[in-house]
Amino acid sequence: MLILECPYCGVKAEETELTAGGEAHLKRYGPGSSDDEFEGYLFTRENPMGVHFERWRHSNGCGKWFHAARSTTTLEVFGTYSAQTTEPPQEIKDKISARHPGWSWRDQS
Amino acid sequence: MSDIATSLNGASFEGITRVEEMRAQGMITLRGDFADPAFVSAVTGLVEADMPGQRQVSTGAERSILWMSPDELMVLCTYAEAPILEAKLRDALADQHALVANVSDARACFELVGGDLREVLAKLAPVDMSPEAFAVGDLRRTRLAQVAGAFWLSSEDKAQIVCFRSVGEYMFNLLKTAAQPGSSVGFI
Repeated sequence: MLILECPYCGVKAEETELTAGGEAHLKRYGPGSSDDEFEGYLFTRENPMGVHFERWRHSNGCGKWFHAARSTTTLEVFGTYSAQTTEPPQEIKDKISARHPGWSWRDQS
Repeated sequence: MSDIATSLNGASFEGITRVEEMRAQGMITLRGDFADPAFVSAVTGLVEADMPGQRQVSTGAERSILWMSPDELMVLCTYAEAPILEAKLRDALADQHALVANVSDARACFELVGGDLREVLAKLAPVDMSPEAFAVGDLRRTRLAQVAGAFWLSSEDKAQIVCFRSVGEYMFNLLKTAAQPGSSVGFI
């Protein structure tokens, strides 16, 4: 059972209280972008074995969206953080580096 | 005044705790910026209760304020007073980015009285219901079986549950099942 702490209401919510929202930190390409950029935004997703960043929604709770950093292989959760950001905070990245030196995910490492 | 039709018209059930649909609870949803002193003073002044802390219930002399999310509160008052208080709050918050809505008829409200009410809630929600983890005055928004709901303890032998009115009957049946006589687990 995956347990994530909602950064908005502080509840240690288990998976059944949450809704998965797919990959985090996508950059939206809209009108005026190239076809390749738009295709990438729509369809290209990471499918890593290991460190991954995801969006979650505390749907049966405060209703807020937030971000989570976790490992898809060990289910270890490195932390959750606010949705009002375009990249993971340094403190989360440090935690991941401590467990998985040399990790990388898209342009993050 | 005509009778107020609630979801189950005050149905009740006696089991390991007493389950009762509350008749005509007044509920007002408020959204706004908690960091704004103007919002806080307008709300606490009109409701006559303190601002609740995170996941807390603040009870005043006549009304209560529930913390629903970092930008959402619910005010509990009498059914008859709800439209009046709603209008006053709307006036007071007119110049702010805020929302006021009377949701008294859009929610179903249940009360668990006495007995093993902590156990009944623990059977239905993924929440640690031990007295150390969930005290009187704490509020939790979560799911109860398959529907969203919020509950809090107004005293050690009284819990209140709020859910959407459309799932009121489902919620009542759930609580009845969880409170079947002889179904105490004795764990909490």
